[in-house]
Amino acid sequence: MARKRRNYKSHVKPTWCPGCGDFGLLAALYQAMARLDLDPMYTVVVSGIGCSSRLPFFVKTYGFQTAHGRVLPVATGVKIANPELTVIAVGGDGDGFSIGGNHLIHAVRRNPGITYLVMDNRIYGLTKGQTSPTSPQGTKTKSTPYGSPDMPINPMAWVLTAGATFAARGFSGDPRRLTDLIVRGIQHPGFAFIQVMSPCVTFNNTYARWRELVTELPPDHDPTDRMAALAQAFREDAIPVGIFYREADPRPALEEHVRVADHPLRTENHSFDVRSLLESYR
Amino acid sequence: MLVNTLLIRLGGESGVDNAISAGDVLTRAVARSGYHVHTFRTYPAEIRGGPVMFQLRIGVHPIPSLGDRLDVLLAFNKEAWDLHHGDLRPDGILIYDPDAMTEPEGFTGTAYAIPLDRMANDLNLRKGKNLIALGALSALVGLDFPKLRDTVRDIYGRKRPQFIESNRIALLAGYQWVRDHIPEEAPLRLAPPDPDHEPGLVMSGNRAIVAGALAAGCRYFGGYPITPATDILEEMARRLPPLGGAVLQTEDEISAISSVIGASIAGVKAMTATSGPGFSLMQEMLGLATMAEVPLVVVDSMRAGPSTGMPTKTEQSDLNIALYGGHGEAPRIVLAPRSVEDCFYQTMQAFYLSETFQMPVILLTDQSLSHRTATLPMPDWTLVPVVSRLRPAPHEVKNYLRYRLTESGISPMGIPGFDPTPYTATGLEHDESGAPNYTPQMHTAQLDKRGHKFEIAAEALCGLEPPLGCLTYGVPEQEARVGVLGWGSTVGVIREAVEEMAAQGYPVAALAPAVINPLPADRILSFARNLQAIIVPEMNRTGQFAAWVKAHTELPLISLNKYGGLPFTPAEIQAKVKEYLTAPKATKEATDG
Repeated sequence: MARKRRNYKSHVKPTWCPGCGDFGLLAALYQAMARLDLDPMYTVVVSGIGCSSRLPFFVKTYGFQTAHGRVLPVATGVKIANPELTVIAVGGDGDGFSIGGNHLIHAVRRNPGITYLVMDNRIYGLTKGQTSPTSPQGTKTKSTPYGSPDMPINPMAWVLTAGATFAARGFSGDPRRLTDLIVRGIQHPGFAFIQVMSPCVTFNNTYARWRELVTELPPDHDPTDRMAALAQAFREDAIPVGIFYREADPRPALEEHVRVADHPLRTENHSFDVRSLLESYR
Repeated sequence: MLVNTLLIRLGGESGVDNAISAGDVLTRAVARSGYHVHTFRTYPAEIRGGPVMFQLRIGVHPIPSLGDRLDVLLAFNKEAWDLHHGDLRPDGILIYDPDAMTEPEGFTGTAYAIPLDRMANDLNLRKGKNLIALGALSALVGLDFPKLRDTVRDIYGRKRPQFIESNRIALLAGYQWVRDHIPEEAPLRLAPPDPDHEPGLVMSGNRAIVAGALAAGCRYFGGYPITPATDILEEMARRLPPLGGAVLQTEDEISAISSVIGASIAGVKAMTATSGPGFSLMQEMLGLATMAEVPLVVVDSMRAGPSTGMPTKTEQSDLNIALYGGHGEAPRIVLAPRSVEDCFYQTMQAFYLSETFQMPVILLTDQSLSHRTATLPMPDWTLVPVVSRLRPAPHEVKNYLRYRLTESGISPMGIPGFDPTPYTATGLEHDESGAPNYTPQMHTAQLDKRGHKFEIAAEALCGLEPPLGCLTYGVPEQEARVGVLGWGSTVGVIREAVEEMAAQGYPVAALAPAVINPLPADRILSFARNLQAIIVPEMNRTGQFAAWVKAHTELPLISLNKYGGLPFTPAEIQAKVKEYLTAPKATKEATDG
């Protein structure tokens, strides 16, 4: 019997503020997992640190909340060790674009079979309201009372130029549409980057504004055209959602290049010949 | 004169004279001839330019250290003479190129001017100068020329078969030149090898670490290039994929250890290797591994610090960070191999301990040991059991608790894809299920759990016998008056210093644990019982190991510190020991002599 959404709900109650955008993402994730009938025993949800990185506790699969910014290298290790696992990485804009920014660029170019959901609220929520790498210049927060001096990064353009094989954006205010994107992301053989606009109701409530700005990508957008995707990424009149880019003929994922051919747990009494290894040092 | 050991140093210009390459091939050749070998090398951090030196000590009997005075200096240029002649014994042999320098004034030994550069030019073998030198050297000091020739053919020929013939010509040219121009025998010639000694393996410390890891079942390695640990990454990259394992060169050391933690969570034995700067970066993830109880092995091949320090020079200065690095209270097991052979055993041991106790194990080596090549007998890989971590039994699947508070502190670890026991691991303090929990009771209980595992490990390790446990050298402990306590790469030179003195009748003994944390304090105390003085030689300025031992034993220890980037020599250790001893009683041998 196929699994239902409730099969993926854990006993741990979400710690998010009522109305947090991350609830929308969580609902969409449960729904996507049910639609794909993911086996919890073969699913690992990995995160870093931040409000959104609490998510693995709320999902009844294997999970690992790692250290701040380190979600992708840990998830990469999991996937290489056992490519049969469905590995879903989650986190926020601070975790993924600031402290973990370098890891993101390298994960993208490495292309492991991981779906990465970044809940972007353009603020540091868990530490109670400081500027984030996606906060617009001039944003006044407790750490930038006179306005943030930094230009925000453009995560979509970032991953597209780093060679992303799948890049999409969703809105937590539209979980139904988001579910489709997550399903597509998990089905993608390589690294699937999904930026999820997910407002922070407490420190940066952008719901109203984002509801106005969020719009589907134009119907004639060609998702196999990287340059067209880049043009959409740089749009300032709107926040387009949908699949910006997916490689038409997906290249092999990282774990196809480097893989643990025989998982040691399957070949417990490995017949590895230590003597012949040592003999080669004569 | 026929001698049982011969200490040879080759000095030249990096990227020009290929002294390191010559040293490597010579090492293999003499090992194949049945000698024991122990090498040491220094080189600049720059790829081309700057002085390099390769030193090898060849012996009829086992060679624990790099020795003291040079018997032979082969100087490819004037700079090599300037840098190294102070280490050459007064009656030693100098081989130099008369086109690079004139015969040094006041040199009391035997100097041979061999026109290496000119011969290379005449033969049109610009890159063959080092082989010409080796050929000449073998003729002078009596090395087995056919073995040398065959080794060169096997090693260089594999990579560049088109040069097999020219290599042979170069070697022969040097050999023949000596035969033609130097009729008299050199003052020092190596005695023939012990016919009962079967040629063993030739490995560097780093290669022995790789072999130990593979033997223990390591199947994932994540790393980032850093001297002097890079060749662990390279050897793993070469060896692991054919065994079904995977290697990833990551964007930095944080990513390297992170990927290792991820692979381990997924049930694969995993390791990373780095040096001080990378090890500093890894501290946060070591804390996570302790908190989430993830087994992993981290090799730190120490180099002179702080900061970038001296990347190609040795130091034992990362003990404190290995023991105390990172925030919070995170017990870690720290092992320090004492020889190339021990690198193999302690790496196997590191995996055994990390898998059993589900915690990080740190293996501390250093530049001098990582890059030391030595001959060793075939290791007995059955000495350390190959284990896998505790997994949930069928009856534990229902109501599974990943961090169940058990008597030993060890709780079964479910593996995704293998065990139907989903749980979420975290760096947050957590309850038995893994869910975040900040209550005073749970934090206390889980800190106790993680601490208790470590204490159980300490109990398991305290009775460890050699070759894995404490090694002792010199006179029997109860007869010793001065003791030497050593760790890591320094143990070899301590052994040589102490054994030589003991043979001369000095009441001196040495103790060398491999397990630094948990420290075998009781064993050290029993060693100390009858001693008047305990000397702790280590290659750092502040005596980190001595301080660690004092903290556990309250013993008064005498530190002998060396911190120039080079290892100790036996004479340096002996001089310190003699400060605390009166002259030895005349032994029978001494009176007879």
